[in-house]
Amino acid sequence: MFQTRLSAGIRIAIGLAIILVAWQAATAVFHIPNYTLPSPSAIAAVMIKEWRPLLQNSLVTLQESGLGFGLSIVVSVPLGIVIVYSRWVEQVVYPFLVASQAIPKVALAPIFVVWFGFGLLPKVLIAFFIAFFPIVVNTVVGMSRTPPEMIHLMRSLGASPLQILLRVRLPSAAPYIFAGVKVAAAFAVVGAIVGEFIAANSGLGYMQLVADNNFQTDLLFGTLVALSVMGIALFYLVGLVEFVVLPRPLRQNRIEGGSTL
Amino acid sequence: MTASLAMGAPGARGVSIAASNIGMLFEREGRAVHALDDVTLDIPAGRFCYILGPSGCGKSTLLMLVAGLYSPTRGRIALDGQPLTGCYPNAGIVFQTDVLLPWLTVLDNVLLPAAVKRLPREPARARAHQLLERVGLGGFEIHYPSELSGGMRQRASLCRALLHEPSVLLMDEPFGALDALTRERMQTDLMKLWADDLKTVMFITHDIEEAVLLSDEVVVMSPRPGRILRRLPIGLDHPRSPEVRRDPRFHRIVDEIRDLFHETGIL
Repeated sequence: MFQTRLSAGIRIAIGLAIILVAWQAATAVFHIPNYTLPSPSAIAAVMIKEWRPLLQNSLVTLQESGLGFGLSIVVSVPLGIVIVYSRWVEQVVYPFLVASQAIPKVALAPIFVVWFGFGLLPKVLIAFFIAFFPIVVNTVVGMSRTPPEMIHLMRSLGASPLQILLRVRLPSAAPYIFAGVKVAAAFAVVGAIVGEFIAANSGLGYMQLVADNNFQTDLLFGTLVALSVMGIALFYLVGLVEFVVLPRPLRQNRIEGGSTL
Repeated sequence: MTASLAMGAPGARGVSIAASNIGMLFEREGRAVHALDDVTLDIPAGRFCYILGPSGCGKSTLLMLVAGLYSPTRGRIALDGQPLTGCYPNAGIVFQTDVLLPWLTVLDNVLLPAAVKRLPREPARARAHQLLERVGLGGFEIHYPSELSGGMRQRASLCRALLHEPSVLLMDEPFGALDALTRERMQTDLMKLWADDLKTVMFITHDIEEAVLLSDEVVVMSPRPGRILRRLPIGLDHPRSPEVRRDPRFHRIVDEIRDLFHETGIL
């Protein structure tokens, strides 16, 4: 198990190295100007030079997406549970939730800015709004897939509804919930960036806009690298929590009910 | 030890099951299913009773009703003279599939009744180990169900059903999905466990020989809507060994049930 993970990591590192070398060579051989496609070394250089603003703005974006992501977990898992348990909520609220996904959520960002101003709040809310749906859907799907025999078993032992929820329904939904949370982690970063594109004076999205206006394509790529690192880190952080929290038979990656941005 | 002794023996546990005029209708995919029709059945405390019938005759439904997992459309069920309202809390159920929780180890699965009922931890653990040892699962305590064979999983689920010393054991064709050799092994295990505990057992099956081999009484049911066709006391002595299969009385009863199935067009 560990062996295969390790060798997979090595394979990814080799693949990445090949891409970077080819990229570097191509920019040199074909004389690609820096403002069109900077070389990896140029991007690295500008990232080292501008490390302080990159770090500061990364922390801003991390805060926005982290808060939105956290909020999406805190709201979505209980909401999913309520949808499964309450026929009324399922019939009245769930269709609206599903229909709301037809709206391009990115297009709602300007409205959020109008309502909530230029500060932290609109970015957190956009991140939340994009991230919450995959968790709700996966919680609902996971809980509904609980084999009915397991619930019969629990009832026959005299288990209370709360015991059935905690001992059977949530554990059997856990792999689905974690799959949704992983998707949500990536979506939350997107939400924060979109918020920053529209109105901000800090954050990686803001930094990208500034770099773009100044034709600093190398810095634009530098922020992209910072964003990717943040997204990957959040994804693996969730994976780590999953590894620690879930017993071995539940650690599977199941992705159900995708979502759109 | 005979069945009649079992019923009155000091220390015998178990409750009587009384089902009177049970009718059961339910809806499946928009159509009404008439599962049971006027079933009246008394199982005295401590008796090992097999319900035998063709597939879809409502025998599993009868078991679910006795467990209190569903309410009958008509009629009444009483355990130990008490009318059933909701789930009977002191039943042990073995389902058609093992229904082990895949995220718990074998030991934690067997301990599930103790966890749900908040029973004292140490005695429950000791009993779990003892039960697992008896069915040959000693040493598999910290394995997950996915690492066990089908027969081992079903044996673990039998241990779980027995953990809280239920006064009635309800078994819904638990050996149906097992291969023939594993099934015989399970039958022998069950005979041993029952000889120790002598609780009331209601066992659902469509396996005629198994029913005669293990039980005090075989209740034969008709195809849907399920009715009781005949009740056959099995006069063979307990404890039984697999050699009972060579007993001429064993074959006489098996043949009688076969004839009954022929007469009613089931076979």
